[in-house]
Amino acid sequence: MNARGLGSQLKDSIPVTELSASGPFEQHDLLRKGLLCVKNELLPSHPLELSEKNFQLNQDKMNFSTLRNIQGLFAPLKLQMGDPWAVQQVQRLPFLPSSNLSLDILRGNDETIGFEDTPNDPSQSELMGEPHLMVEYKLGLL
Amino acid sequence: MLSPKASGTDTPGPLFPVGAEGRQGVLGDLGCQAPAARRGRGWDVVGGCDAAPEPQPGPLHSVSRNASLERVLPGFRIPRAHKTGTTIAGLVFRDGVILGADTRATNDSVVMDKNCEKIHFIAPKIYCCGAGVAADAEMTTRMAASNMELHSLSTGREPRVTTVTRLLRQTLFRYRGHVGASLLVGGVDFSGPQLYSVHPHGSYSRLPFTALGSGQDAALAVLEDRFQPNMTLEAAQELLVEAITAGILGDLGSGGSVDACVITGTGAKLLRTLSSPTKPTERPSQYYFAPGTTAVQSQTVKPLTLELLEETVQAMEVE
Repeated sequence: MNARGLGSQLKDSIPVTELSASGPFEQHDLLRKGLLCVKNELLPSHPLELSEKNFQLNQDKMNFSTLRNIQGLFAPLKLQMGDPWAVQQVQRLPFLPSSNLSLDILRGNDETIGFEDTPNDPSQSELMGEPHLMVEYKLGLL
Repeated sequence: MLSPKASGTDTPGPLFPVGAEGRQGVLGDLGCQAPAARRGRGWDVVGGCDAAPEPQPGPLHSVSRNASLERVLPGFRIPRAHKTGTTIAGLVFRDGVILGADTRATNDSVVMDKNCEKIHFIAPKIYCCGAGVAADAEMTTRMAASNMELHSLSTGREPRVTTVTRLLRQTLFRYRGHVGASLLVGGVDFSGPQLYSVHPHGSYSRLPFTALGSGQDAALAVLEDRFQPNMTLEAAQELLVEAITAGILGDLGSGGSVDACVITGTGAKLLRTLSSPTKPTERPSQYYFAPGTTAVQSQTVKPLTLELLEETVQAMEVE
């Protein structure tokens, strides 16, 4: 790939790994993330990685902007700050698994099936967040 | 069909492939396949991670792993997704649409499947022929069929061919051509019989007759010559079989027999193996070789030296 285009391909959020005193691989989850490689964190590994990561966001932006042009300012505001916002106020505690049923229905995901539905089912995720830290972060006590 | 080239060794070889014969060594045994747009399928080959609640590496992390494996191991090439040779064609006749396809699936220059199905079901009166990467076409059409079923249950109406086409081309455009599926969508709905061709990057066109795949030139030549609007079913079927046969005989990537699907206002009929332009070859004798037929020229045994670094003994408590 040519070096000139690299700047435009940088990922928008780069995770910062803390160097631990015990060893170079201490903080790094070798099994899940593979070998340490700085290039993987800065540049996308596939031409579609960035567009796929932000796909839902970009689709929503496009749809809401079209809706604003057709139906006026209040239509997208109502759809973003009305029911979805209300539903997100009554969620479970952050570390508990949630089916997100209301949010799925409001977004229309209950009537479509896609690649994201089969693998990586969040209800069968083997990872769990640290409960105390997550609740403290949510309440702003951290 | 996609399958990694079978590594012909039965005995476990060295861990890292040495030399040209070990091309598929490690990854071939594990059955890993190239990541470029695989699965959902063809999938195999639709590997896009999507808006999940938390960012997961998804299948795209294997792209960098494969690239570094290619760099590190000499003479090693990751298995790539191969396009299959195909001839698919369709035409609109008086009462509906007729779709046709050959039945050969290839992997480079080897025939992987002599009788595979390339006409996929999407809705009771909408069928789709798939060319290009076999797994891509298969998984894309399956996803489209599931979504059309959900959509028609939700709207309470029969699915339309334009809806299927729009769904397919929006999916294909989203993956910018990495999903290598060329599809012919044909069906009958309330606005009559329609035939659309959808290309891997997401473009489409509505046509009275068309052909796709590596044998499209041969099939299109026949169709261009003899197509008439408003043909009867018999004439249309005969023309379609001739078009696919031209593809089978003239294109190396197409072969097998001709499959067809006739869709009218009352329903669809899938005609499997409608015609076989070529007879299957008769094997003249048995190909069983007694052990010892091939003389062993030389034999080298290399013991794998392991040295014991550390030994810990943990006593187990037995009650």
